[in-house]
This record gives sequence, structure tokens and C-alpha cells, in this order.
Amino acid sequence: MNSEELAWKIRRHGIEMTHLSGGSHIGAVLSVADIIAVLYTDILNYDAKNPRWEERDRMILSKGHAGAALYAALAECGFFSVEELKTHYADGSRLSGHVSHCIPGVDLSTGSLGHGLSVAAGMAYTLKKDRRKERVFAVLGDGECDEGSVWEAALFANHFRLNNLIAIIDRNYMQSMDFQENTLEMKDFGAKWKGFGWNVIEIDGNNHRQLKRAFQKAEEYRNSETHKPTIIIANTVKGYGVSFMENNILWHYRFPHDGWEYDCAVNELHQSIPPGVEDIYTPKGIEKPIFPTEQDNINSDYTFTYTWNTTYPERMRRVEAVGDSNKRKYTQQRKEE
Amino acid sequence: MRDTFVKTLVELAKENTDIELMTGDLGFGVLKPFWEQCPDQFTNAGIAEQNMTAAAAGMALNGKRVFTYSIGNFPTLRCLEQIRNDCAYHNANVKIVCVGGGFVYGSLGMSHHATEDIAIMRALPGITVVCPGDPVEAKLATKAIAEYPGTCYLRLGRGGETEIHKKEFEFQIGKAIKIREAERIGKKIAVFSTGAILDEVTKACNSLEEKEFSIIQYSFPTVKPIDWQAVEVCARKADVIVTIEEHNIMGGFGSAVAEVLAELGQKVKQIRLGIEDCYCTKVGSQKYLREQYGIGKERIEEAIENFR
Repeated sequence: MNSEELAWKIRRHGIEMTHLSGGSHIGAVLSVADIIAVLYTDILNYDAKNPRWEERDRMILSKGHAGAALYAALAECGFFSVEELKTHYADGSRLSGHVSHCIPGVDLSTGSLGHGLSVAAGMAYTLKKDRRKERVFAVLGDGECDEGSVWEAALFANHFRLNNLIAIIDRNYMQSMDFQENTLEMKDFGAKWKGFGWNVIEIDGNNHRQLKRAFQKAEEYRNSETHKPTIIIANTVKGYGVSFMENNILWHYRFPHDGWEYDCAVNELHQSIPPGVEDIYTPKGIEKPIFPTEQDNINSDYTFTYTWNTTYPERMRRVEAVGDSNKRKYTQQRKEE
Repeated sequence: MRDTFVKTLVELAKENTDIELMTGDLGFGVLKPFWEQCPDQFTNAGIAEQNMTAAAAGMALNGKRVFTYSIGNFPTLRCLEQIRNDCAYHNANVKIVCVGGGFVYGSLGMSHHATEDIAIMRALPGITVVCPGDPVEAKLATKAIAEYPGTCYLRLGRGGETEIHKKEFEFQIGKAIKIREAERIGKKIAVFSTGAILDEVTKACNSLEEKEFSIIQYSFPTVKPIDWQAVEVCARKADVIVTIEEHNIMGGFGSAVAEVLAELGQKVKQIRLGIEDCYCTKVGSQKYLREQYGIGKERIEEAIENFR
């Protein structure tokens, strides 16, 4: 299975899992899918038959709300049965909405943001002290970087020269309620990490060729004299792969409901199904799909923080979504007179 | 107590190189013996307790036994969620060490008083809560938790505590230690305490004994799991059980004993001595604040005498 195939499967499972369970965070699952896919097909050393194998690379999904993406990858890679994915969120299931270490292949339970990088740093620190060659990968969200503990970990990882630590930021520019710039503006993100002493690689995080090259570069950094931790800032689009979910904050929490939402999401994925990949849920897509009607305002971005603090002298809204595309429009920042 | 802890940990760490000590940039001078003798097992994680605690979990999940060290509320409340999610939930072998339980840092003010920590740590599943009462208990407790495979909270005093126990004894996590049991006529009073307030409690008990009181005294170096058996034995024998802690009366040691008593259904009355659910606004030494907040030797004695 190559990374494109796995990424497609993660997206398809993600749609099915959230659809069946009424679960949230499909937007994040779709944005991180390519990062997770490339990690599990091309980068990580693991043994699905022996999940606790001592020589495995450690992998922490710090943005635990995208757990469905990780579960899908683990199942497809043989850690547990693909069939089990359908139990996501269900009574008696192992697959909680946020990542759980009770599942084979998971090194750390997450869900509260800002923990993963610190734990990853502790793991990398120990592995380095013990002169072991395993690497530690941590996948974070950019919204997660609002948490101060992320920056504590950034200091620690540089100070102890944790060159065996590779962090990947799923930089989808959105968080729970709005674009990041409209929430807590993250100026010069790459420069911040550079300023904390990290090697910084910035790429298109939905592009597998670029992801693989970035990991290759990270590997060169790891073996270089500088002994610095590396961060890959993977610029992604929230909701990537399903056009009406892209850059639309609604899909941080909404799940694809029965009807046009589910039908159109599935059929859109089918337009880009890699040859030879089988869709176990809807092998041929949906033959008679329901389409949205006039009332379904599918291109609204649902962000609305500009309506808050209307008397506040500084204009806080800096980014608008451009309807029906994965683009963002930056608004001129100005002072209200 | 602090120095005893460090000395004991140095001995243990020399024998077992999996033992690691991490500090949140505190312990100047105090931790020196450790970093001098076990430099490879020492880390200053900086003034960043959340990261320190989560990183300790990461280390523990890769085979280390990590002691995180700081003072007051910094190793606990400041990084509570890291303790809950990263350490306890993963059953990580992390020992959280607080120097300065109670009013140790008296004059430094409320920010430095650890007076709700027992209650909060006790409420987290998977955490063993150990509060030694004197240097002997501190030494034995340190050894015991180092061997215990899971997340523990070790609440220490500072330095200069009186040795109450004259010799070492068999220490077991979850077991209270009987200090005295005098057979006299009249009402029987069981006195339980946890942590370094043991000194004041013992002095109060000494003087009560001189006044012919019938006292059973126990030190409880472990608050969780609570020594159910010791409580039960005393509940049957005594007319009143007095619990004393240098801590809020809510949720801490007294509450742990009350939970046992409530389920036992004995007739024994309980008096809880501790800080009366308030923050400290007064300024002064540990001794002064103990008196002001009702847990100094005189006040303990008074409370027990009033009962008779």
C-alpha cells in the first residue's frame, strides 16, 4: 500500500466513522490524513504484530481530536481489524473520539492539547540518553500552539539537542471556532520555531512528494552536527478532499449527515480514488446521490468572530474564507477610526 | 526531611541507573549531592512544570523511574492535567515530589503554601499519596515509592523536622504507624495525623498524657490508600478520633478517615483539625501560621481537652 492509497482510505474511513458515530472533527481528519499516511507507509518503523516492539519509532498524535485518522491508519496497517473502525464512539468500543493508548499501536493517549510534544520530548530525551536509535514523531495542530506548554517543550527539545525528535504541524490555519489569525494571531510561525532553536521545514502538507522530501530532509538534519530537533510545518487545508468541507469551520464539529452531506462527500472522494483501492463501504460510490438544495447554504464559512467585541477599537478579523474554494482571503488590517 | 529525601535518592540512584531526578529549576544547594554523584541521572527542566511532568511521563514510558521535584504547588497544581492524563492514566512510573507541604514556606505567602494538594492528588485515580511525618518516615517512604511501579505523590516538609521515630521500622505503603497507646481510665482518644505536623501532634499528645489522657496515636504516612484497618481498630476502641493535617480540612486526610468511618458505621465521633477552608492571608513563620490556623501544639491540645 502506498501513501496515496492509505491517505484515500483514511479519508474514506474518516467520513464513514464520523457519519456512523455522529462524531466530530472530520475537518481535522481530512487535513492530517496525508501526514499520517506518509508516516505509516514510508517513515515509521513499526511492527503491527508486536505493537510494543522496543525498537519501534514512537508516534504521538498530539492533536488527539483527529483520532479517527490515526485509527484508520493503524487498522489499515494491521494493528487491528478494519472492521473495528465502525465501532468508533460506540458503547463498549475501544475507539474513543480522542486517541487512546488502550489501542494497539498507540503510544500516548491525547485529547487535551499541548501535552504531546512534551511527552515526545521526554521519550526522545530518554532514547538519546540511552543511545538508542529509535526516533520520536509528534503530530500537532497549529491551533494547539496556543497552549503555552507547547513552547515549554520547544525550549526543552532544543536545550537537550533532541535531534531524534521530529514534530509535524498540521497547519490548517483553523481552530475550533475560526481561522487562527482571527483567534490568536500566530505571526511568523516558522520564525518562532527557528527562534526556539529548531530546524524548520515548510511544505504543502497535503502533497505526498513534498512530505516525503521533508522527512528525508529531517533525516539529514537528524544526522547532522547541529543535533537540533526538527519541525515540519505542513501547510494543509482543513477538510481537504471534500470541497464543501474545505476551509469551512462548520466541519470542525459537524459530521456528514444522511442525505447530500454523506452522499456528496463519498462521491467526491470517489472522483480521486487511486487505482486498485477498494471502498469497503460503498464500492461504487453512491449511485443515486442526494444533492444539496437551494436552502443548503453550503458555501458559508460559518466563522463569525467579527461580530464579537464590536466596540473594540482594533479590528480582529484578518482572514475570510472564500466560498466554494480552498482559498483564504486576507483582509486589510486597519484601525477603526 | 528534604535532605533525607535527597540522600536516600542518591543511594537508590547509584544502585539503579533507571532512577532519574528532574527539577523545575528549584533545589539550589539541596539537590547538589544528587547532581554531583549521579550527574547522568539529573535534569533541570527549567521553570516549566507542565513540560517537566509530561516529559517525565515520556521518560517513564521508556523504562525510567522519574522523580519530578519542585516546591509548594508547582509540581502538582501547576501541571495537574499532565499528572492526570500523561502520568496517572498511563500508569507511568513518575514520582511527584513536593517540598514544602503545608505552611513550610510561611512568610513567602499564599502562593507557596501547599494546602489543598493532598485533596487534589487523592482525587486522581492511580496515584498513591504519601506524606511522611518525620525524617525517618521520609527515608523509608522514598525507598518504598522508588520500588512501587506507578505514579506517586510524595509530600515532604522542608528541613529540620524532629525525628519522632527513634529507630527504623518496617514501612509499608498504605500502613499507618502506631506511636503510642496508653491504657488509662476515662475516654479514649485516637489521634491521627499525616505529614510533618506529626511533630506538633506528638508534643500535644505528650502533654495530654501527662494530664492523664488516654491517647492512641498513629502517624499516617500514606493518605491513599488509607489504612482502613488502623481506622477500624481505633473506631472500635476509641470514643473520639481526632485527625490533624497541615492542609485544608476539605478533601484531605481527615476526609479520607471520615470516608472510612462513615462506611464502618461505628459510633465514634471524629474531630477534623486543619485549615478551616480558607486561604492564608496572615504573614509569618510556619510555626506562627500553624498556631494562627488552629493546628499548633497548643490548639491541638485545647481541642482534645475540650472534648473531654
